Amino acid sequence: MSAPLDVGGPAAPPRSNGELVFAEPWEGRAFGMAVTLYEAGAFTWPRFQAALIARIAAWETAPAGGEHWNYYRHWLGALEDVLADGGTVLAEEVTARARTLARRPIGHDHPDDHDHPDDHDHPHPH
Amino acid sequence: MTTGSTERIPPALRTEALEQLLTERGLIDPDTMDRIITTYETNVGPLNGAKVVARAWTDPEYRRWLLDDGTAAIRELGYVGRQAEHIVVVENTATTHNVVVCTLCSCYPWSVLGLPPSWYKDPAYRARMVREPRRVLSEMGLDLADDVRITVHDSSSEVRWLVLPERPAGTEGLTAEQLVPLVTRDAMVGVAKVKAP
Repeated sequence: MSAPLDVGGPAAPPRSNGELVFAEPWEGRAFGMAVTLYEAGAFTWPRFQAALIARIAAWETAPAGGEHWNYYRHWLGALEDVLADGGTVLAEEVTARARTLARRPIGHDHPDDHDHPDDHDHPHPH
Repeated sequence: MTTGSTERIPPALRTEALEQLLTERGLIDPDTMDRIITTYETNVGPLNGAKVVARAWTDPEYRRWLLDDGTAAIRELGYVGRQAEHIVVVENTATTHNVVVCTLCSCYPWSVLGLPPSWYKDPAYRARMVREPRRVLSEMGLDLADDVRITVHDSSSEVRWLVLPERPAGTEGLTAEQLVPLVTRDAMVGVAKVKAP
């Protein structure tokens, strides 16, 4: 059972020569998470699709200040919406975990695109 | 919908956090997920079909085999459909043009062509391509001379058609690897020609 991915319109994933393209690794992870959960029967595809279209429509109506268009940001948002709606994983839980992950020491293998406070606490000196 | 501070957390971190939570709760298995991502990234798409075409353009023996027994020749490159599909390959030349349609809409050789484009599933495309192919092709940007004979092939669950496009002039010096990126899905459905770089 493969996900019936849209091939046109705003809910269609970015492609090049027909191939799915991921600009950053997290986009592939977010994509894979939704497809894996769908294939495991966690939700129906129309439900996820509706959440994705709603996310994109909301962004188009009122783009968050200075935020560039990023398809997979909406994809991730839609996935979070569907999971939160069913009580599977709540947004607050994701936020709390992400903050914990952000406090990992510098040099840990993660995209370094967030603010590191200067008084950053290194649990183990290098 | 999340607002405020939660939106400022980089999506890479939110993705990682979500994956951790789902894994801890036994809702996803990271190995299964890796396999699914790899499949979509590398195995699903017209890339497989493009490799078949490039090989046929550069290897006359493979070309003969492909036109004679498409299923076996394609399987030799390791591309096997999820269904036991039978693929027949037809060749476009300067005087004959083949185009594929599926009047039942579910029949598409996706192991070699990836996901079907939306227009392919459109009832209007399916009905009109059979009736007035020259005009529909022209509307899609492919103008064929009046003396080019057009054959429309109807894919079914038993037979999936794949078009071997004409190798464009000026590409004689290119290797198979250099030819692969030129071959588009549309050319392998027969609604476009392959253009030289």
